[in-house]
Amino acid sequence: MALLSKKDANLILDPLADNNPITIQVLGICSALAITAELKASIVMALSVIFVLGLGNVVISLMRNIIPSKIRIIVQLVVVAALVIVVDQVLKAFAYQLSKTLAVFVGLIITNCIIMGRFEAFALGNGVKRSFLDGIGNAAGYGIILIIVGFFRELLGSGTLLGFAVLGDPIAKTGLYSFGYENNGFMLLSPMALIVVGLLIWVQRSRNNALIEEN
Amino acid sequence: MSNKRLTFKKRLHILKHRYRDKKLAPAFNAFHTFLFTPDETTHSGSHIRGADDLKRTMNTVIMALIPVLLFSMFNAGFQYYSAVNGRPEDFSVLEHFLTWDNFWIGIIKVLPLVVVSYGVGLLVEFIFAVIKGHEVEEGYLVTGMLVPLIVPIDTPLWMLAVAIVFGVVIGKEVFGGTGMNILNPALTIRAFLFFAYPTWMTGDKVWVHEAVELAGTPDAISGETILGYLAQNNASEFSYSVSDMFFGFIPGSVGETSAFLILLGGLFLIFSKIASWRIMVSAVIGSLVMGLIFNGVADAGWISETSNFYGLMSFDFWKHLIVGGLAFGIVYMATDPVTGSQTNKGKWIYGFLIGFISVMIRVFNPAYPEGVFLAILLMNVFAPTIDHYVVRGNIRKRMKRLKNAVILPKETKEQKEQLKVETI
Repeated sequence: MALLSKKDANLILDPLADNNPITIQVLGICSALAITAELKASIVMALSVIFVLGLGNVVISLMRNIIPSKIRIIVQLVVVAALVIVVDQVLKAFAYQLSKTLAVFVGLIITNCIIMGRFEAFALGNGVKRSFLDGIGNAAGYGIILIIVGFFRELLGSGTLLGFAVLGDPIAKTGLYSFGYENNGFMLLSPMALIVVGLLIWVQRSRNNALIEEN
Repeated sequence: MSNKRLTFKKRLHILKHRYRDKKLAPAFNAFHTFLFTPDETTHSGSHIRGADDLKRTMNTVIMALIPVLLFSMFNAGFQYYSAVNGRPEDFSVLEHFLTWDNFWIGIIKVLPLVVVSYGVGLLVEFIFAVIKGHEVEEGYLVTGMLVPLIVPIDTPLWMLAVAIVFGVVIGKEVFGGTGMNILNPALTIRAFLFFAYPTWMTGDKVWVHEAVELAGTPDAISGETILGYLAQNNASEFSYSVSDMFFGFIPGSVGETSAFLILLGGLFLIFSKIASWRIMVSAVIGSLVMGLIFNGVADAGWISETSNFYGLMSFDFWKHLIVGGLAFGIVYMATDPVTGSQTNKGKWIYGFLIGFISVMIRVFNPAYPEGVFLAILLMNVFAPTIDHYVVRGNIRKRMKRLKNAVILPKETKEQKEQLKVETI
């Protein structure tokens, strides 16, 4: 017997591609632009959001019948804020340098549109298991774009991947640099992240014509 | 009749019909129409056939650029030899400038830039034309000539190629190709190079051939532009004479130095009615106004002499026009009919702000002594907004006149709404 029914599996798989929060719904762009200059930061950010959204969806789903609808936004904010503080403290304790790099953007997960969006649109109306899967799926869809963007920005901008000099040493002129190659400083600036996200959207839409809106 | 009798032109026509509807047809057609007028006629409606099609327009701009290009090839060598051997004392144009030695440096440095620019740019255009199944658009003809003229002479060719792919794809093709672009593609390419590889685009080494390689050796030469020197040393005086600056015997981006030839090119474009004189004139006025304001501030003593901006602020206002890329930008970049304002009033505002902001960036940001391209890109973005308000203002004025002239029947509420929608 399959672990997940087809319907449940789609909760995870859909946001990875055809209903991706970043490239299709265009949510959560600010953090995608700000922290993707390094692959490591992108991965940590992706994991943090998976943790916050997965657990947050579960908590909201458990409480969905007792939250008065007039104050539900406040309740959601409290839940997500509590989870984000956990992430923030863990990062500060075990990866201090990285938490410096991510700076305010861990705290800003609270305002990430994807999280509030999934709470409102899904967790408030679905059971715990399905909400958990939906949270994981959407956060993973967000994370995968972050990692792709981070990969290209770090590789072309700094010539490294996860801090390893994969293209050679730019100062000692080894590897690719001995042929006159140079790092592309534009890749490290946020506007280029927007362009890379735009290119991803372009690629995705040209592969799947159903995604193109008619107008 | 044997095949040999057919003219080259006829054969192209036959080939064209044979390859119609094939995948590579657009690429073939581009060559064909570049050489000859197509033999097709329109079948429906009435059409006026004008001689000044897009290709002719583009070719006129290129003709205006040829003197600048030739001058820049001589200047490349001249700057190199004067940096190495010192500037000739009794400078004469024939003896020291128009020499084969100078031209040779131009051939080995400037010509590859032009070849790479056209090769890569047209390749991208061809690929897009084949994928999208439309004809190759003429837009790149001018861009391809402008790009080599606005980069430093030692720009590595692969960097130029990368920047051109970026500029043509992101600056133009994603918006729908020639005529749909918001930003000037040549300036998008320049901006990409500037932000991606700043060490090759600014500083005191890149503007003269070999200055980068010789840096740090006993033979080191200076490759500074006038503006770079002023910004670095907070000065307002330098060793070049006004005639040097006007005729262009100064270091700088490949083709931007000669204000004289650019002026001639600009006049040619104005008289052939290709470029808008309104934009050029208003941009000149804008830069003079900003320069005058800065001169006034410096003269009035509102800014201390130790301030970082003092040197450039007290730089004579009219000299801004003959140093750096301002003249080139105004004549060849700002007047781009696609990205500039379309309305006459809009052109005055658009041009004025380009000149105004260019000089402002020059003075206030020593890191961007060549602020012209940023100013033009910024105004490219605002051009549609300017046009929008100019058109709206016109409509409002005419509506008022109409109402005063005739007594309109009372509008129903629906008609009013309709009118509102149409005017917006």
